[in-house]
Amino acid sequence: MKIFNRTNIGWLVLIILTYIAIEGLTFVGIIDPFYEITVVNIFINIILAVGLNLIVGFSGQLSLGHAGFMAIGAYMTGILLNYMPNQTGFIISIIAGMFLSGLVALIVGIPTLRLKGDYFAIATLGASEIIRVAILNLPDITNGAVGISGIPLMADWRFAYFVAVLTILMVTNYIRSSPGRATISIREDEIAAESLSIQTTYYKNIAFLMGAMTAALAGSIHASYFGVINPGQFTFNKSIDVLIIVVFGGIGSVTGSIVAAIALGIINVYLQQFGALRMIVYALVLILIMIFRPSGLMGNIEFSLSHLFKRPQDVPGSIENMEQEKGI
Amino acid sequence: MLKLKDVVVHYGVIEAIKGVSFEVNKGEIVSLIGANGAGKTTILNSISGLIQPTSGEILYKEKPIMKASTRDIVASGISQVPEGRRVFSGMTVKENLEMGAFLRKDHSEIQKDLKRVYESFPILKERLNQDAQTLSGGEQQMLAMGRALLSNPELLLLDEPSMGLAPLFIREIFNIIEEISERGTTILLVEQNATIALEVSDRGYVIETGKIVASGSAQELLDSDEVKKAYLGG
Repeated sequence: MKIFNRTNIGWLVLIILTYIAIEGLTFVGIIDPFYEITVVNIFINIILAVGLNLIVGFSGQLSLGHAGFMAIGAYMTGILLNYMPNQTGFIISIIAGMFLSGLVALIVGIPTLRLKGDYFAIATLGASEIIRVAILNLPDITNGAVGISGIPLMADWRFAYFVAVLTILMVTNYIRSSPGRATISIREDEIAAESLSIQTTYYKNIAFLMGAMTAALAGSIHASYFGVINPGQFTFNKSIDVLIIVVFGGIGSVTGSIVAAIALGIINVYLQQFGALRMIVYALVLILIMIFRPSGLMGNIEFSLSHLFKRPQDVPGSIENMEQEKGI
Repeated sequence: MLKLKDVVVHYGVIEAIKGVSFEVNKGEIVSLIGANGAGKTTILNSISGLIQPTSGEILYKEKPIMKASTRDIVASGISQVPEGRRVFSGMTVKENLEMGAFLRKDHSEIQKDLKRVYESFPILKERLNQDAQTLSGGEQQMLAMGRALLSNPELLLLDEPSMGLAPLFIREIFNIIEEISERGTTILLVEQNATIALEVSDRGYVIETGKIVASGSAQELLDSDEVKKAYLGG
């Protein structure tokens, strides 16, 4: 399989075109500073939702603690940029945040992902609360309930876009790889997967680890774009917000998470003018979508360029075609 | 080939398997038969490593495998078709089959084994790109067996292949089981449907509440009162 095939070049063009489109819209002034916040928020939500989808949608483990891992990344960036207010400091803080977040994920995941059922959901919920309460009660380091403000603004929308694209590429490639297929098989039937020699705990932990690390990444961007963080931003509500994006888009569809993050981001902007009514309308939209598309906007379907490019006669999977792919 | 010595399995405090010993020789089809709750599946799961027995010994090719992980057990050549089929519903038939070859790296051999599976189960080839959950029960059973065969096992553990299938399908499944055996795979079969299981088997063991109560050649068991007793409750 060549790297520069039609599909990959197609995606590359799409990524660049999207970038140019946003750059152009900013230049013309259609995306003003207010809308830019929305755009960055959408990118951050894409990173969060795609990462959470890997845990919830692909490994099939309900995590209710995504905000906690985001908080780790955000605070790591907030604190470290205080000492090293430059690009290097920002990069170091991102890596440190992802590392710490991954470590916490393993501490939570290794004992609880051995179990089947809801234990994991409860454990992640608890872990994210522990993280938040710890931040609240370490005023020397985290400035407690007041939070950290005046964080040097290192991230712009370009950086957020770049990271979002990178996250999507990483997650989609992972779920198409052999370990990724193993992860999906665990979601479908854990006992069957285990009987086929798949180490279920291991792959569940990998998915959780990757999800937690991308959440920290999103947190770092959040901290360094908005410049203000406090524990109140990373409550259980934030975890649910991300979960809503995943469910709304379709559990197990990366495309769905992206579409949902964009759609909900835009809906939110238009609902600003309704003031207090906003939450009611937002909830109504969610309920309506769930009634008419119970498996989410995209279900578990992915948008695929290679299908668009394929001529009808070489639909993937016909026997001849399959043997060609395998090189026989 | 496979030897169990005094294997005891507990579920919590309940003793499910109370010291079971039996063996399976290379090339044989051996049946474990017994009523619901007798412990047949538990025995199979302890062989494949899904359950950890409390005590006893399980030897495969003279090597103890009781403490080994499922992964190592599959790698050593034992493959299990779990009870109730358990195909991966979000995946196509082909993807399901490929999961069976998860541990293997020998791609050309895998292709050969895939072809062999299509020969045994032509219906799977027709349904290759269909979501596995759209298959009928019998087709799913075939898929589960094909999937297990793709790990290229020397010993195949079959758990209730006839469960929930129409008599005609059961007949077909058991024909295929005999065919797999003729190709040199040893088979350990767990069944409630004693008659049909013993018809294809070389030997059998009757299990009742965690103990082996009768054993012998398939024909002996078919004629035996013990078997009738175990099934008819007389």
